Amino acid sequence: MSEIRKNYIRPVDFKHGRVDMTHGSGGRAMAQLIDELFMSAFDNEFLRQQNDQACFRVPTGRMVMATDSHVVSPLFFPGGDIGCLSVHGTVNDVAMSGAQPLYLSAGFILEEGFPLADLKRIVESMARAAMEAGVPIVTGDTKVVEQGKGDGVFINTTGVGVVPEGVDISGNRARPGDVILVSGHLGDHGVAIMAQREDLAFDLPIRSDTAALHGLVAAMVEAVPGIHCLRDPTRGGLATTLNELAQQSRAGMVIREGAIPVREEVKAACEFLGLDPLYVANEGKLVAICPAEEADRLLATMRAHPLGRDAAVIGEVTEDAHHFVQMETAFGGKRIVDWLTGEQLPRIC
Amino acid sequence: MKYIDEFRDGTLARKLAADIAREADPARRYSFMEFCGGHTHAISRYGVEDLLPQNVRMIHGPGCPVCVLPVGRIQAAIWLARQPGVVLCTYGDMLRVPAEKGLSLLKAKAEGADVRMVYSSADALKIAQSHPDKEVVFFAIGFETTTPPTAVVLQQAKILGLENFSVFCNHVLTPAAIQNILESPEVRKLGTLPLDGFIGPAHVSTIIGSRPYEYFAEEYQKPVVIAGFEPLDVMQAIRMLVRQVNQGRAEVENEFTRAVSRDGNLKAQALVADVFELRKTFEWRGLGDVPYSGLRIKDSYAPWDAERKFTVPGFSIPDHKACECGAILRGVKHPRDCAVFGTVCTPENPIGSCMVSSEGACAAHYTYGRYRDTNR
Repeated sequence: MSEIRKNYIRPVDFKHGRVDMTHGSGGRAMAQLIDELFMSAFDNEFLRQQNDQACFRVPTGRMVMATDSHVVSPLFFPGGDIGCLSVHGTVNDVAMSGAQPLYLSAGFILEEGFPLADLKRIVESMARAAMEAGVPIVTGDTKVVEQGKGDGVFINTTGVGVVPEGVDISGNRARPGDVILVSGHLGDHGVAIMAQREDLAFDLPIRSDTAALHGLVAAMVEAVPGIHCLRDPTRGGLATTLNELAQQSRAGMVIREGAIPVREEVKAACEFLGLDPLYVANEGKLVAICPAEEADRLLATMRAHPLGRDAAVIGEVTEDAHHFVQMETAFGGKRIVDWLTGEQLPRIC
Repeated sequence: MKYIDEFRDGTLARKLAADIAREADPARRYSFMEFCGGHTHAISRYGVEDLLPQNVRMIHGPGCPVCVLPVGRIQAAIWLARQPGVVLCTYGDMLRVPAEKGLSLLKAKAEGADVRMVYSSADALKIAQSHPDKEVVFFAIGFETTTPPTAVVLQQAKILGLENFSVFCNHVLTPAAIQNILESPEVRKLGTLPLDGFIGPAHVSTIIGSRPYEYFAEEYQKPVVIAGFEPLDVMQAIRMLVRQVNQGRAEVENEFTRAVSRDGNLKAQALVADVFELRKTFEWRGLGDVPYSGLRIKDSYAPWDAERKFTVPGFSIPDHKACECGAILRGVKHPRDCAVFGTVCTPENPIGSCMVSSEGACAAHYTYGRYRDTNR
């Protein structure tokens, strides 16, 4: 007589297994994946409620909410992966209002055939990032699409947070005379990603700067509650962020090329690829704009934090009906730092 | 950054600017044309014009490989991309150049054509090798700088017997275009385009050397200074041109000695001569048909010539009638003189090719310098 073990379920094969359509079908395979992977990695009291929603109490005050979808390619890159990036990205979007991020949600779109070992690596990296940030992932969702209809894995994260009393940070608050600061070296993330893309056989010691900035923001807001604007210069880089802020605040800006911190390696890679570091993405940097009289204190606070060690004052907000962002070049001339058109392309000749 | 920062040094720039201001005769005007888009880009990006005295002015020349290609050739590339089984590979900027009815390679791609951006001709060859079931066409454009790499892949395709690879050749020649400008009525008869000298190409000259310009200096009595693409190179070249004008000289001088010799790169020249021959005439945007200004693939490489392989039809399409690209490429007009500049024609929605490439005069002025127009 054969002996069948009661309720035996073969564990998910995280070594050689691959995502298949059953992992998104709502059946036993999906429940098992959620249980063995997501629940065990993200474990917290809210997930343990095992409901379709997370229920939590919030402090009183102004709440903020931000969402961000992550489709980065390659999924793993020097200094990080799509997992930690998806946590940092949303934590930072929430934090740029001056808020303390509280909770995150995570939605996964997996492509059929994606190795479970890679998925596990990504989820564990997310869990680590969330734990380090002190912002739990309290609810989630998983969908599977047929092969060829995704790019391995897409992750959407949404975050909520609460703004401390007396803080009013918004992209439309830059005023002529305000000072513009950045929290460190620009272009690391974009160049690290670009160097990994297969068509560019590049070997560079540059790592992505992906990091959660809410700790830095909390210190900044405490020292200078009157900060006018905060934004993380992700896609499109510093140039795009400054143009957005100039447009929103209906002001102009003048920055000094010589004051903008860019690593030598990043400069060299950009030179080689025909890119401008001002347009290259960052994932662990922020731009701050504050009244001139508070700039010194803000700079000192930023520099005292590990994620703001290389912070610098890079320019001023000006009155300008055209909302131009202008730059005094290190060469001694002037030029516009314009919105990016299409994608940055290397020179032909 | 070693060997780069030295050529972008602000202190040296101010010293050179002071030298130019001191040496330039206040009683006269100096108009120099930078032939190359690379120089146009450097001048705009580093704000070189801000460092020049009022009476020294730069005129942007036609040396932007994307800009000078007539609409008909873009249309032909789109036609090629739409042939069944074809993968069309080209350099990034080409994708956005508008052709007939607002079409572009990028739009053809969105409609289903297989168009791919490559960083080098070698990438296109690799795609052909890894996709034996596809017909891979490399849409080759550019001046003498990009011609040798195209020659190399044609030689390799022949050696490999790679039957699914071909080149749609649109390579053009710098000296022919310079001569065309010097012969133009605006320079010769009307005198509406004052031209006191040229900044000669940087990268192009590494291939062809400085010798080909000697004829222009001699025949047309225009000084030529070959310069690198860094802003200090440009400033130094301007000072050398001012000196030549002041001393009544018209010679070829070489500021870019770290890369350019009188004879150029003989190996590259031999490569090009093996694969290409002169076309009797080639159409340029802005300049029209210019005799012996373009290259075509020799008979010995005919199986890899896309024009013959696919019997590409000739398209003759006039520029958009509001577009001043032609006059801008000849140096007769400045981007701000164009009625559609910055209004209908922007980098997002380019009407003319000069607004597409970062080396184009309109794109450079729009992206880096248009704030100056608000102060005029």
